[in-house]
Formats: sequence, structure tokens, C-alpha cells
Amino acid sequence: MAEQRTKTPEPWLDPHAEAYIRVENVTKRFGNFVAVNNVSLRVYKGEIFCLLGGSGCGKTTLLRMLAGFEPPSSGALFIDGQNMADIPPYERPVNMMFQSYALFPHMTVAGNVAFGLEQERIARPEINRRVAEILDIVKLGEYAKRKPHQLSGGQRQRVALARSLVKRPKLLLLDEPLGALDRKLREHTQFELISIQERLGVTFVVVTHDQEEAMTLASRVGVMNHGEIVQVGTPRQIYEFPATRFVADFIGSVNLFEGQLSEDEPDHVRVRCEELPAPVYVDHGLSAPPLALCWVAIRPEKLTLGRERPVGTDNWAHGVIRDIAYMGDMSVFMVRLDAGREVRVTQANRTRKPEEQFSWDEPVYLSWDASSPVIGLG
Amino acid sequence: MALRAYRSSSSRRRIPRRSGLTSPWAPLWQLFQRFGPPRWSAYVRDHWIGKPLVTLVPMTWLVLFFLVPFIIVFGISFSQSVLAIPPYEPLWSWVDDKVLALRLHLGNYNYLFTDTLYISSYLYSVKVAAVSTLLCLLLGYPMAYGIARSTPTVRNLFLMLVILPFWTSFLLRVYAWIGLLKNNGVINNVLMSLGIIHEPITMMQTDFAVYIGIVYSYLPFMILPLFSNLEKHDRTLLEAAADLGSRPWKAFMRITLPLSIPGIVAGSLLVFIPAVGEYVIPSLLGRTDQLMIGRVLSDEFFANRDWPVASAVAIAMLILLVVPIVIFQRYQNRELAHK
Repeated sequence: MAEQRTKTPEPWLDPHAEAYIRVENVTKRFGNFVAVNNVSLRVYKGEIFCLLGGSGCGKTTLLRMLAGFEPPSSGALFIDGQNMADIPPYERPVNMMFQSYALFPHMTVAGNVAFGLEQERIARPEINRRVAEILDIVKLGEYAKRKPHQLSGGQRQRVALARSLVKRPKLLLLDEPLGALDRKLREHTQFELISIQERLGVTFVVVTHDQEEAMTLASRVGVMNHGEIVQVGTPRQIYEFPATRFVADFIGSVNLFEGQLSEDEPDHVRVRCEELPAPVYVDHGLSAPPLALCWVAIRPEKLTLGRERPVGTDNWAHGVIRDIAYMGDMSVFMVRLDAGREVRVTQANRTRKPEEQFSWDEPVYLSWDASSPVIGLG
Repeated sequence: MALRAYRSSSSRRRIPRRSGLTSPWAPLWQLFQRFGPPRWSAYVRDHWIGKPLVTLVPMTWLVLFFLVPFIIVFGISFSQSVLAIPPYEPLWSWVDDKVLALRLHLGNYNYLFTDTLYISSYLYSVKVAAVSTLLCLLLGYPMAYGIARSTPTVRNLFLMLVILPFWTSFLLRVYAWIGLLKNNGVINNVLMSLGIIHEPITMMQTDFAVYIGIVYSYLPFMILPLFSNLEKHDRTLLEAAADLGSRPWKAFMRITLPLSIPGIVAGSLLVFIPAVGEYVIPSLLGRTDQLMIGRVLSDEFFANRDWPVASAVAIAMLILLVVPIVIFQRYQNRELAHK
């Protein structure tokens, strides 16, 4: 599997690659409410695709449509080239891991895992063998005879995972798989999920509201808002090159400024922001109408603090440190600009010398690289 | 403030030791906390009167209206019938004013086995109750399921409709069935005027009429516990079953049905137990050649005035009913232990 990955690490860039899941102009309405609005999406074999968004953005509805629990109001879903319109959930080559795990309370762990296999005409010894095998993978072998209520949250989550994997689905849907786990267990399970996914070669579609989870797990992320997919891309693309103001704001923390284009050349643009003393210079063109209103987003870690005024006329600001949060590996500074606006700056703590540290109420200069700001219209 | 100073025995231990070391007044303060005026709720909680006070009410009720009458009936069942008021021999008597003699006749119980009337009535009652319970379950389960699955507004309407018959007297409703079932009753008249039948169908004084009466009267007792069980089911379990390849019917058999067993047991007992001792329905609608045990019991008391035999019948019936109750209790305890 790992070998295959290195051959075609990014199938979405290959125009000839066959998409495993095709979502075409799918809309889902509940009464007057549009839960999913004209979504088109392609997911490729072996991917871990994360649908990321706040609550009520339609990500779970999209997942439930893939599983077959909700029919789309319009549009079509294809899995492995087959139209899923008239195929009920129990005939789809898909398994789902539910947010609440939905374990059968009256069955043992082994009974829960065996349930899916019992629906097919598989001989008992074969069922037992496969149940034991998958329970070993999720490290629950000795809990086979327990009932779900005798397990901890993390163990239940692994039972749910084993139950959805035991039928060897081509596609596994996961609804907030790690939502109920504490932080440490979460991180551990994330990596466990990835290794299981690579071992079994399953395609994952994961729904989550946790951007950190999406970043760690995903090969690609689809950011959703108000029932629409706003951007699809690798975690890095989504973080460094957010397509819209919403994505920039939703993923990680960011300092957003509003401004007006003052120069728009093929190789650079200049933006005047009221809250900044100097223009923002960005090293790529925008091809927008002159004097268009736009937004500029700068990530906190891409700002540099300094005591001296930076050389050059662009890309700097001046303010006073209002607050410092020391976090060990780095510090977060809240800087109030002269225009009154608060800006978030993070700096790695590269040295242990106290005299080089910035302190409260100290006037500072902020500067940034011409490649750092993300700029968009509107 | 002073009233609030009282702490319960459990929290008293949690007074931080630090305060005892720092403040010179701490020992006095602790003494005050220990012996200060109590709040009554904390007092009740910390002393022996708390729990007994709560259980006293149902205990008194059960002792007065169940245990005492039971002991009286149990006692009478060992007595002998005489022409007197009350019509039975006292169990105790003084011999020569010195010895208290206790005479227990086991003959009444023996008698139940010698006359086939009693045994056949018991068996018939159990049969009628069992068949009615099964019919109630077959009718009530889909209804309860439908109600549990409907939208909240419709659900409340349905639930009200299920309970609505209780607004009318039970006796009147059974009488109404006579009007429907008798030879020149509504059903026969309609069928004859439509030309479907030419002779009236005899429905009164049959087992059929008794089943109709019992199922009609006790159906709510089956539906309500089943509903309250089915309503709590997590629907994602059925989605999970479907997701794992289970067709709807199979998912019902493997998931919904096993999870609703507590509801089935509760509803069945609520129907079965009163149905065994049912008196009014078989008397009004049922056969005259085969009596149910409730009728036998009442005849023995009021027509025959043989209180000791009637008491023995009652005790035997109680034992007959205690067995399913005990099974139910054990089942419920097992269920509770699971949660």
C-alpha cells in the first residue's frame, strides 16, 4: 500500500485518475432548510478525506447520504462508478462508524463485530476467525466477551471501528470518530487510524469539526460552510493558501485586515489598510479592478517582532505588547497597533536569555515577508 | 449564619487541617461546627429517621391493605365452615380455660384437588389469560411500535386515544360488547341486513367473546409499557444494523425485539395477572359450562358462603400468580444490574 502511495501520491492532480467517490451537484433540503447545497466532490481510492466545518454546515448530512440513510433531494452520488440512487444502505459497499458508536447494547463485543459478517452467508468458523483477527488489530482480543457498557469510551470507539472494518469495506465513513476521547487518547488513536487505513487499504471519509484532527488525518480536506464546500485541498494548501476569508478565519488563527488595492501589477500588489501605517506588499498579482476592496490575512507565526524599525516602506506596523502567553516552545503576544487594533503574534522561543525577551507594554515593530500575506477580494 | 454552621458527618471530615493550625480560634470553631444548632434537613439525613421516614408510607400501606388481609384470608383457609357470623370456626379456642388450642384444617386445600371443578377452572383461567396475553402482544406490539415511531404531536394524540376508554366505566364498556355480540346485536344485524349471513352467529357465551372482552379491556396495559420501552430505543442502532448489511426485518428481529423484552415482559404480566382472576368479563360474556377461577371464588364466598374453601381458592390462585411475578422480578433485577 505504501508503495502504491509513493507512485501516485496525489491522484487528484492526475486528470486521468478514476475517482472512487463522485458527488455530483448534490443538494439536500429538509423542508425549507438547505442542508447541503449543490456539492460536487471527488474522492480517490486510498485517500483519507476529511469534511471539516462547524456544526450545522451539512458535513454529517453529506456523510449520511453516502451511507444511504438520507436520499439526496437532487444530484447524484457514485461509488466505484455505480450510481447509488436506488441502493439501500444494507446493499452499499460502505460501512460507517457512528459518532455515538451505536454499539448493540445486548450483544458482546464479539457479537457486535460478528453482526455484519452474519448478514452474509459466511460459515461460523470463518466468522470467528475474522472477528478474532480484527479484534487483535484494534487490541481488544481479551475483551471479546464483554458487553459495551463494561468498556471505557476509548475501548467502545475501537469496537465501533472493528465492527465497521470487519466486513472489509472499500469505503469507510467516520462521523466525528475521535470526538468523545480525551486529548492524549485522541492523538494516539489518530495515528492508529492512519496505520490501520494504510494496512487495509480502505478509503476513509471522515467528518470532523476539529481542524487539528482534520490536519493530522487527512490527505485532503474539504472545508464546508452553510451546506457548501468552500475549498478542497491538502492540509497545507488549506492553511497556507485559503481560498476565502471564511477558510482563512476558520483554519488556525489569523489576523485579518480590510483594505483597498492601490497597485495591481502582474508581479505584485500593494494594499492600503487603515489599521496599518504602511502598505501591504504581496509578491504576486491579483488582476482585480483598480481600487477594489479586499482582505489581507497574515498568520501569527509569520509576523516578526523587533525593536528597530524595519527597512523599507512596506510590510510593517507599530504597536505595544498588551499580553504575553508563554507556552514553552513558543510565546503568543497580543500587540495593540497604534490604530487600536489587536494583533496576534507567535514567536518561537529560540533562546533562553531573558534580556532578549519582549515584555509587557514594550513598544515593538511588526514585520513580515512579502510572500506571507494571503489576499482576497470582497 | 449560625444555622448554616452545621455540617453533615461526611463533610465534617473534610474541614481543612490548615485552618486548625493557623487560627487560634480553630478548635472553638470546630467544636461549634460539631455541636452547633442543626438544620433539620441535614439532621434528618444524618440520623436514622431519614430512610425509614421515606419507606414508612408505602410500608404502612402494604401492611394495612395487603399483609393484614392476606394473613386473615390465609388463616380462614385453614378453618372450617359453620353456620354463624362470621361463617367460619375460629382457629384458636381455649380448652378448659387453660390451654390455647390451634386447630388447622388442611381439608380445604385437599378439597380443591378432589372436586374437578377447581382444577379445571384454574387450567381454563390460565389458558384464557395466556391466549389473551398473546393476542394483546400481537395486537399491542405493532401499535406501540407505531406510536413510538410517530412524530411528537401524533404520538400524544395516539397515547390519549389509548388511555381514553378509561374515562368510561369498565363495566359499561363490557356491557357495550354484549350489545355488539348478542344474537340480535349490532354485528349480527348488520351482517344479516347485508345478506352475508342468514342465521345469526352465536358469539355470546363463547371463548371468543371472553377473548374479545379481555383483549379489549387490557390492551392499554400492554401498549403503554411496550411504548415506554420502544420510545427509548436509539434509532442509530437500526441504522448501524442496516449499514452492516441487515435488511429491515432482520434488523428488527436482531436489534429491536431483543431490546424490547423488558417491555414485553412488563406488558404481558400486566395483562396476564389480572386476566387470570378476571371475574366480570367471563361472567357477562363467557361460557356458562366452564367457569373461570374468579367466578368460582366469588360463588364460593357469596353464594355458597363457604369462606374457608373460598380462602383456599384465593390462596391457591395467589400462589399461581406469584410464580410469574417472581420470574419478572428476577428478570428486572438482572436488567437493572446491567445498567
